[in-house]
Amino acid sequence: MQYLNAFWVGGMLCVIAQILINKTKLTPARILTTYVVSGVILGGFGVYKPLAEYAGAGATVPLTGFGYLIAKGTKTAIEQLGLMGAFTGGLTATAGGIAAAIFFALLIALIFKPKDKT
Amino acid sequence: MPTRQGRYTLRLDSCPSIVSFAAVVGKKEGEGPLAQEFDIICDDTTMGEKTWEKAESRLQKDAVNRALSKGGLSASEMDFILAGDLLNQCISSTYGLRDLNIPLFGLYGACSTMAESLCLGSIMVDSGAAGHCVCVTSSHFCSAERQFRYPLEYGSQRPPTAQWTVTGSGCAVVAPSCKAPYVRAVTVGKIQDMGITDVNNMGAAMAPAAADTLKTFFMDTGTTPDNYDLILTGDLGQVGSQLVEELLQRESFDISKRHSDCGLLIFDIKEQGVNAGGSGCGCSASVLCSHILNKIQHKELNNVLFLATGALMSPTSLQQGESIPGIAHLVHLSSTSYQDDCTINGH
Amino acid sequence: MSSKLTPDEYSEIAKKAEHKSSTVKDCIMAFLVGGFICTIGEALISLYMRGGMARDVASTLSSITLIFIAALLTGLHAFDNIAKYAGAGTLVPITGFSNSMAAPALDFKSEGFILGLGVKMFSIAGPVIVYGISAGIIYGIIIYLFKLY
Repeated sequence: MQYLNAFWVGGMLCVIAQILINKTKLTPARILTTYVVSGVILGGFGVYKPLAEYAGAGATVPLTGFGYLIAKGTKTAIEQLGLMGAFTGGLTATAGGIAAAIFFALLIALIFKPKDKT
Repeated sequence: MPTRQGRYTLRLDSCPSIVSFAAVVGKKEGEGPLAQEFDIICDDTTMGEKTWEKAESRLQKDAVNRALSKGGLSASEMDFILAGDLLNQCISSTYGLRDLNIPLFGLYGACSTMAESLCLGSIMVDSGAAGHCVCVTSSHFCSAERQFRYPLEYGSQRPPTAQWTVTGSGCAVVAPSCKAPYVRAVTVGKIQDMGITDVNNMGAAMAPAAADTLKTFFMDTGTTPDNYDLILTGDLGQVGSQLVEELLQRESFDISKRHSDCGLLIFDIKEQGVNAGGSGCGCSASVLCSHILNKIQHKELNNVLFLATGALMSPTSLQQGESIPGIAHLVHLSSTSYQDDCTINGH
Repeated sequence: MSSKLTPDEYSEIAKKAEHKSSTVKDCIMAFLVGGFICTIGEALISLYMRGGMARDVASTLSSITLIFIAALLTGLHAFDNIAKYAGAGTLVPITGFSNSMAAPALDFKSEGFILGLGVKMFSIAGPVIVYGISAGIIYGIIIYLFKLY
């Protein structure tokens, strides 16, 4: 059941983006940015948490989940550190993902060569 | 000498000849419907170079060398080379041609550059300013993607209106009148901007320019589309081709039966996954300098209006929200010269 | 072209000439591929939890795994071919973020490791981090000031 929930919630989040791409001609970078910021807002209002509990990876793997993680981490950090937490919480919570993306991108760029499309 | 005909058309009285021409293309183009026509098909689109920019320079260099060797010409006989491409500061031309030691005019007219260089080269030969002019342009899918769109490995979807930059280069050598194909007249286009901002719909941005230049030419010369075997636009693709026909229909010029587009000829639109068709400086150049000039040479086509179209925007102007201005230059190519006309009429 | 046609009128004509992409088909592909990627994410979480990890840790590690797979597929020139059909299905999951950093890093290596690879790596993903983190900070300041935590 948890797999099914992850599948359809994750799938639906992608469908919303696909509709935005086709109908509004928003560029992918804008879509991604919109999704992350939406995740922060939805997370901040407490709307995303139930979704994340229901769908698991279906809600955390899409980029809205990235935003949700930022909001969640910020809140936790503020509880512990006060105002300082507003600045450390977001990056701390997402550090794993960002660091991994940077490092793997570097690694891949070093190993592989660009190729023409067919 | 060039004489002005109507308002914007130049009649080239001596009818300069295109004495030699060559087209070099990449793998995908070499798998398309015109495969048999090209001089060189490069299965390795890196051309053995380290970067895509160097690869494009190499395309241009190979096209010039092939055109010269086909015509039995040497670089030292050339008076001018008129070259352009799509990359910033026209680096493909500069680096590709730096060893040739021919006086160079670097041109930028986006994808209209092949017609621009042919216009200028023919005018120079017709006016006596030059004996031989080399006209060459190129584009490379990979270097264009990097500059104008996304990195090659980036996962994005191309909308159906988007076009595929041709990897290729075409070169034509213009010389004093001697044999077909002849250049009879040229019309230099004006910038037309109908406010299209969608970078994935260049055909729509360029169609008004093509329509305007064609209309100007017909008015200036007092001819109609039916006087020509072929009206060949550069890279309007499916969308732009439909639009240029519609725009001219509104002006009571029906080009639909005569019109074709290099971007639609070079690829099999259905099979090769190129969406609305080919584009780029190399698109019109490689189609013209193979398929079309061959046919004129063999008198299978007698009167062709070659009309390369360009979208004159940059990534910066687009990000600043500017619309995409278009331009189109026309070259009237023919299997007969004005002198031939006189001879025929005389008998 | 002619003075008779205004940009608005032309825009109407141009719109009619456009071949629309099939939104229904694109959405189905996005749904299936996006759903599939999230399901793999969920399976990885279960796997890591079975190894004794807490759900939060397992979830992060699952994301990192997906980031690695996406970067690898980018290097193997497979990601763009999948994304061509999947659209938002590969874009929206964390895989899209990974690809948006690996692709320019790889492609702009030709301009050097510092100004090419290092700078261009963030050319697409940069705004995601800029606005995501900034939104988080604004949110943090608000909840701190209004004692909403």
